[in-house]
Amino acid sequence: MGLEKLNSLYREVILDHAQNPHNKGKLASASHQITLNNPTCGDVINLQINLDDTDKIKEVAYTGEGCTISQASASMMTEAVKGKTKEEALKMAKTFSDMAIGKKHSEADLKELGDAQILTSIMEFPARIKCATLAWWALQRALLQESDED
Amino acid sequence: MANFKQYRTDFPILDQTVNGEKLVYLDSAATAQRPTPVLNRVMKFYQTDNANVHRGVHTLAERATADYEAARVTVQKFINAAKPEEIIFTKGCTDALNLVAATYGQANIQAGDEIVISIAEHHSNLIPWQQLAKQKGAILKYIGLTDDGELDLADAKQQITDQTKLVAIAHATNVLGTVNPIKELAQITHQHGAVIVVDGAQAVAHMPVDVQALDVDFYAFSGHKMMSPTGIGVLYGKADLLATMPPYQYGGEMIGEVHQQASTWAPIPYKFEAGTQNIAGAVGLAAAIDYLNQIGMTQIAAHEQALVQKLLPQLLSIDQLTVYGPHDPAKHTGVVAFNLTGLHPHDLATALDMEGIAVRAGHHCAQPLMEYLQVTATARASFYLYNTEADVNALVTAIKKAKEFFRIGTGETK
Repeated sequence: MGLEKLNSLYREVILDHAQNPHNKGKLASASHQITLNNPTCGDVINLQINLDDTDKIKEVAYTGEGCTISQASASMMTEAVKGKTKEEALKMAKTFSDMAIGKKHSEADLKELGDAQILTSIMEFPARIKCATLAWWALQRALLQESDED
Repeated sequence: MANFKQYRTDFPILDQTVNGEKLVYLDSAATAQRPTPVLNRVMKFYQTDNANVHRGVHTLAERATADYEAARVTVQKFINAAKPEEIIFTKGCTDALNLVAATYGQANIQAGDEIVISIAEHHSNLIPWQQLAKQKGAILKYIGLTDDGELDLADAKQQITDQTKLVAIAHATNVLGTVNPIKELAQITHQHGAVIVVDGAQAVAHMPVDVQALDVDFYAFSGHKMMSPTGIGVLYGKADLLATMPPYQYGGEMIGEVHQQASTWAPIPYKFEAGTQNIAGAVGLAAAIDYLNQIGMTQIAAHEQALVQKLLPQLLSIDQLTVYGPHDPAKHTGVVAFNLTGLHPHDLATALDMEGIAVRAGHHCAQPLMEYLQVTATARASFYLYNTEADVNALVTAIKKAKEFFRIGTGETK
């Protein structure tokens, strides 16, 4: 088989996000933030979010280190959730997590993910699923953490 | 080197394709594969001799006990311990190191004492000491490395002082592929009245080990890295030290007398073997040692050295590739960690997997070392007696292909 199969994982758009990440950096302040790591590989993400008065994601940024997949996924995730409400973002995170563990999801839900839906190809590489989901878990945890405190 | 090819057929697992390519297994530092004689021995034990040990008067119990104790003697001879009772069966190397921390450490480490380890330790030979130091108010000190990744012996002499009570160090390291000067370290340790605990997980399967010649106080290793089933390991300890140590766990098998309010303990090694042990694991470990002895540890070390002699120059000639640890093959075991600039080792490992090559990628349970090396993770290839020069070449070719796929060093992005 060789490396040809790699093309289905490392698609142009994924490599582009990894090499030219969107929303990478620090916000001056954040209403929600979290640092998550994957202890098995050392990947780490710090995610910052600012919600506006209507609970919409006004700003989102991340810093972190990791493989091409985890970095591309973080870039695509931040791009996909910008301007969404907290509720919508949480739904997207669930769709992505479900998709990554092979659970059923509707085509409409998948569309909502934007570029990030291309990472469905991760299903062919079970060892790499965690790399792709780290950013979405961070999103979920960051948004839910706050509501715990409410 | 050619005669090693004959052993490959003893490992049926190696005869398969992965992702459409011939499997090249280069992850033996994580766990070795098991040869058919070991698997057969374990099956035979379960089919003919299985019973609990040291308890029954019936014939099977006798046979199982004889098998289990024979395994202890096999281990004793393999590492040249003075007595069989210096061999304690554990569930692995981590368990063996935790045993020392929980017994010898609890009884002997006090506030202000020093515990000295190296920066290149696996977490299993780091966290037990870190937590013991925290609990006791002791001081955990680290020996650094030289520029080429070897243990800095001059620094060791600085770090080990009269306040040091325990030194814990790997015999062979699991990332840098170095062999530490255990005999010298034991001497230094003893001059200061401390004890030395050696993590032999990456050494005992790959080179001759003589615990008396090294003069170590404790020597821990796992069976699965030397081709036994998982769940069995060994702690060697000098008899006089073991005798003074409190038990590790309490329960059946480890007792002398039990009364309502007090108990006494069995003599060593049984004091440290509470409950039913991994009997078939011990039998399998003995079979693995028999297999290794048939080939000869010196020959195995020479075979791995020959592979590293082939591998390292080829890796070092790849532009944008960094090899961690010594670049002199003579100073390198069959454990080789490396990175391609700009490519995360997970991406590299996935690419190699597509070529049928199994390597490890990550922090290798050595996060303080990763920090020290200023990397988040590395790829690691590790070789064993069943690996061949063809495996070396397959790895080098696949790395070059991966480099091309990800366009490393071309200045353009894919």
